[in-house]
Amino acid sequence: MGNEKKKKADGKKGGATEVSPIRALWRMLRRPSGHYALGTLLVAGAIGGVLFWGGFNWAMEMTNTETFCLSCHEMERNVYREYKETIHYNNRTGVRATCPDCHVPKEWFHKIMRKIQASNELYHHFLGTIDTREKFEAKRLQLAGNVWRVMKKTDSRECRNCHSFDYMELLMQEKRARDRHVDAIEQGKTCIDCHKGIAHQLPEGAYELERTITEAFHKKKEDEGSFGGDMAP
Amino acid sequence: MEKKCLLTIVALGLVCAIGLVPSVVAHAQDNVEFMRDRGIDENNTAPGIVKQKTDKGRFIRNYRQQPPLIPHRIDQYEIDKKVNQCMRCHDWPYNVTENAPKISETHYTNREGQALDHIARTRWFCTQCHVPQADAPELVPNTFKPLERKQ
Repeated sequence: MGNEKKKKADGKKGGATEVSPIRALWRMLRRPSGHYALGTLLVAGAIGGVLFWGGFNWAMEMTNTETFCLSCHEMERNVYREYKETIHYNNRTGVRATCPDCHVPKEWFHKIMRKIQASNELYHHFLGTIDTREKFEAKRLQLAGNVWRVMKKTDSRECRNCHSFDYMELLMQEKRARDRHVDAIEQGKTCIDCHKGIAHQLPEGAYELERTITEAFHKKKEDEGSFGGDMAP
Repeated sequence: MEKKCLLTIVALGLVCAIGLVPSVVAHAQDNVEFMRDRGIDENNTAPGIVKQKTDKGRFIRNYRQQPPLIPHRIDQYEIDKKVNQCMRCHDWPYNVTENAPKISETHYTNREGQALDHIARTRWFCTQCHVPQADAPELVPNTFKPLERKQ
């Protein structure tokens, strides 16, 4: 650091040839190119851009696989083993929904936002917040609540990548399911309102939390409605 | 003389025992074959897979005290120390919103006879008494009939 300062000082004093490499790069970037043709620069830029973007997406897709999720033992030991018993893993048709199918949005913007949030999960992985089954069980209600709240807010966006009310053949459903789905469509319900604990075990106190989340959600919606609706000038 | 007598008895006993062996083995095999379709040293054929049918509506009870059968699939429902997913529909007040039959009032009473506001822990594991209904014929034929109901 002190050396750099000295160099800068030297440069000012005598206008000598010695310049710090960072400064040199900055100067080069600022000056218009008098050496390369514009075409060369464009092509090089395009290729560089494709490589950079491809690499970025490739790296992000690497973090979007089941193998990546299971590289943390917290995931493998708890949620993955529970999920293996359920319909989204173990079924007659051989179609599977893996971790990112339900837990990472497909649209680019939402996906990036989720990936940024995931840095918090990495932080807690290294802190060891849930590194034993007991710690995980103690946190399960809070963690499940986080997912439920998000799914309620996004109208179960990730479920709807595959499931849609529009394409459900209600007549092929068991009567109990059919009646319930008709009601849900009429009342504007979302998947997570009923389908909690379908891929992982439920936490203790799940139904109390469910009520709290639903009530809070509707209260917030009502409040927003009164501001933006009839009361607006 | 005594020695001879003893020897004879022992010899007779041995002959009887040897004679008995085949009949005992045959008997055992008969009995085992009644339950198995192969010999003892072979693997049995696996029983066929029976799919549960739930489209016929609720089965009627066979006798007054019979715990009602479950007319739907429950194989993915969680009943453990933490939660009981059956209670999400069959406990009050969910039975109203979900339009499901409510569990009997007796299930809210603990073993001291105290009325509780939640299901008694002695009744927690539903499947100890209630099972999914299935179109399954009796394994052993029987002539059981419930008492006639007085009108």
